Amino acid sequence: MTNETLIPKLGVITDIRIDTPDIKTFRVVSPEGKKLFDHRPGQCAMVSIPGVGEAMFSITSSPTNTEYMEFSIKKCGCLTTWLHQAEVGQNVTVRGPYGNPFPVDDVFAGKDLLFVAGGVGLAPLRSVINYCRHYRDRYGKIDIVYGSRSKDDLLDYQEIINEWSTDSGVNVHLTIDREQEGWDGHVGFVPTYVKELGFEPNKTAVLCGPPIMIKFTLQGLSELGFNREQVYTTLELRMKCGVGKCGRCNVGNKYVCKDGPVFRMDQLDELPDEY
Amino acid sequence: MRKISLSNLDKLFALISEKAKLYLPVDGKNGIASFKLWEEGVQMSQALNTTRSAKDFFFPQTENLMEFKTEGKNIEIIDTRTEKEDFVIFGVRACDVKSFEILDRVFLSEPVDSYYASRREKGVIISLACGRPAETCFCKTFGIDPASPEGDITAWKTATDLYLKANTEKGEKLLASLDGITEACGEEAVEEQKKEISAIMDKLPLKDLTTDKFGVGKTKEYFNSPAWDELSSHCLGCGTCTFVCPTCQCYDVKDFNTGNGVKRFRCWDSCMYSDFTLMAHGNSRLSQKERFRQRFMHKLVYYPDNNNGMFSCVGCGRCLAKCPISMNIVKVMKTLGGKEND
Repeated sequence: MTNETLIPKLGVITDIRIDTPDIKTFRVVSPEGKKLFDHRPGQCAMVSIPGVGEAMFSITSSPTNTEYMEFSIKKCGCLTTWLHQAEVGQNVTVRGPYGNPFPVDDVFAGKDLLFVAGGVGLAPLRSVINYCRHYRDRYGKIDIVYGSRSKDDLLDYQEIINEWSTDSGVNVHLTIDREQEGWDGHVGFVPTYVKELGFEPNKTAVLCGPPIMIKFTLQGLSELGFNREQVYTTLELRMKCGVGKCGRCNVGNKYVCKDGPVFRMDQLDELPDEY
Repeated sequence: MRKISLSNLDKLFALISEKAKLYLPVDGKNGIASFKLWEEGVQMSQALNTTRSAKDFFFPQTENLMEFKTEGKNIEIIDTRTEKEDFVIFGVRACDVKSFEILDRVFLSEPVDSYYASRREKGVIISLACGRPAETCFCKTFGIDPASPEGDITAWKTATDLYLKANTEKGEKLLASLDGITEACGEEAVEEQKKEISAIMDKLPLKDLTTDKFGVGKTKEYFNSPAWDELSSHCLGCGTCTFVCPTCQCYDVKDFNTGNGVKRFRCWDSCMYSDFTLMAHGNSRLSQKERFRQRFMHKLVYYPDNNNGMFSCVGCGRCLAKCPISMNIVKVMKTLGGKEND
C-alpha cells in the first residue's frame, strides 16, 4: 500500500510539564524512544487520541532537538481537555509535519529579530526562538516581548528566565496585564509595551497571540516605522486533513494548513478578512 | 468506433459484468434515478440525470479510513486499506465526467489521497452523450460538450444502436474485450446525434450564462459585495446543494467507538454548516452569509485561482433542482455578474 498521510504514527508521551493553570507541555517520542519525524520551525502536526479527536498543534520544540518533539497545549476543547487528564506513558497518534516554516535560513539570516507573543501564542514561536538561539551566530540581535494575563500564565517561564535571558545578544521583555504580588517586572498589555520599548524598524518581526494583540501590535510597529513586509505571523483555523483537501481552513484561495500557517503581513493583506 | 443493437444491450451489460462490477443509472420508485449494480433484469434509466452525482464511486459519502485498538494507555493503529475491485460505471453524463477531473486536482495532488486514488485506478468510466439535457442544465457555460463526453469510453445511444468509442488505454482494453458482440461502424449516426444535441442546447434557458465575470483574481471584486446579504438571506444551511454537487469535496474526519475499538471514518461535510469552521475558541465564519459566500467564492474564484482558471462547477443543474429555497449558483452568477449575465 502506498503512503497515506491521513494514517498517523504512534507516539508516546514521556513527559508532561505543567506550564500554567491551563497549559501543559507534552513531550512525545516514538515507541522506540526516537523522535517521530523532523520538522522546520513553525510547522505543525496533527495529534490525536482515537475516539476523542484529532487536531492541529504547532510543534513547539526546536528542530535542533533531535531527541523528541514537544507540544504546548492549552485546555480549551474536547481533545485538549482529555490530554490534560492524560498521564506519562499515554499513547497518542501524530502525523505531519504540515505547513510552511518561518524563513529562518534565508529571510531571517543576518537580521535583527523581534519576537512578540501573547499567552499561548508563544508556543509556535518557541520553536523558532530556540532554533535561532541554537544557530546564534547566523542572526543579529534578538528581542523577545512576551506577555500574559498574570505571572502564572507565562508559558516556558523557567526556560525564559534560565536560558533565554542569560544568552548574549538576546533581550527578553516580559509583561503581565495587571499588577501581581511577587512580580516586579513590567505591567501592561503587549502592544503598548512594544511601543514603549521603541524598537528600531530595521528588525524582522514575528507575532503570535490573540487577534486583538496582533492588531494593536501591528499598529504600534507601523508607528515605529516597520513595513508589513517585515512582519510575520502564524494562523490557525479548524483543520481535518492538514494537506489542503478537506476544504475548511481556507482564507480566500489559501489553505492555512498547506499554504500557511506562516504568512507575511503583506501576504495576509491580499487575502479576505476571514480568519 | 463500435456499435451494438439496443436489443442486445443486456448482452453487453452481462459481458461487462463478467469482468467487473457494472453500475448504471436505474429509475427508483419515486422517479429518482440513481447508480445501481447491474444484474439480469435491471433496466437502465432513460433519464441520465441521476439525483446524486457519480462522485460516490470515488469519494463515497462515508468511508472507513483506519481503525484503532485502545487499551489503557496503549493505542494500536490498524491500516484497514484493502485492494479495490475493478468496476465499470456506465452512463455517466458529460458534466459528471468533468467533475472527476475537478476532484482529481484535489485528491490526486501531492500528497495523493490513496483512498480516492485506488478507486480511481480501478474504475472504468463509460460516459453517455446527453440526449436529454434538462432546463436546469448549463454545462456549456463551463465549456463542456454534452454530445461528446470524456471518460475511458464514450457511448452514444440512438433509436436503434449504442455506439462506443474508446478514449484511453483502459477504455480500449475494455472495448476490445467486447469485440465478440459489437461490430465496427462509421460515425455518421453519431455525428447526426451531436447535431441534434447541439440544437437542444441552443434552446435551453441558461444557454447564454457565461463565466466571463469570474475566475482568477476576482476575490477583491466580489468578497465584500453587498449582494451576498440578499443572496444568502433565505439560505437554510441545509447543505443539500453540497451533497448533490458533483464537485463539492469537503470532508470531515470522525471517530466512532464501536465498543471494540475505534473506527476513523470520513464523510462528506458542508461549508454551509455552522460547525464546519467551529473551533474551541471561535468560528471564522460566524453567519450563514459567510458560509454561503465561501461556497460560491470557492467554485467561481478560489478554485480557479489554484487551478489555472478551471471552475469548480460543471453546470449539472442539481442544485437548481434541489435547493428548497430555490437559491443556486446561477442566481449568484447573474447577481454578481451584473446585467450582462442575465
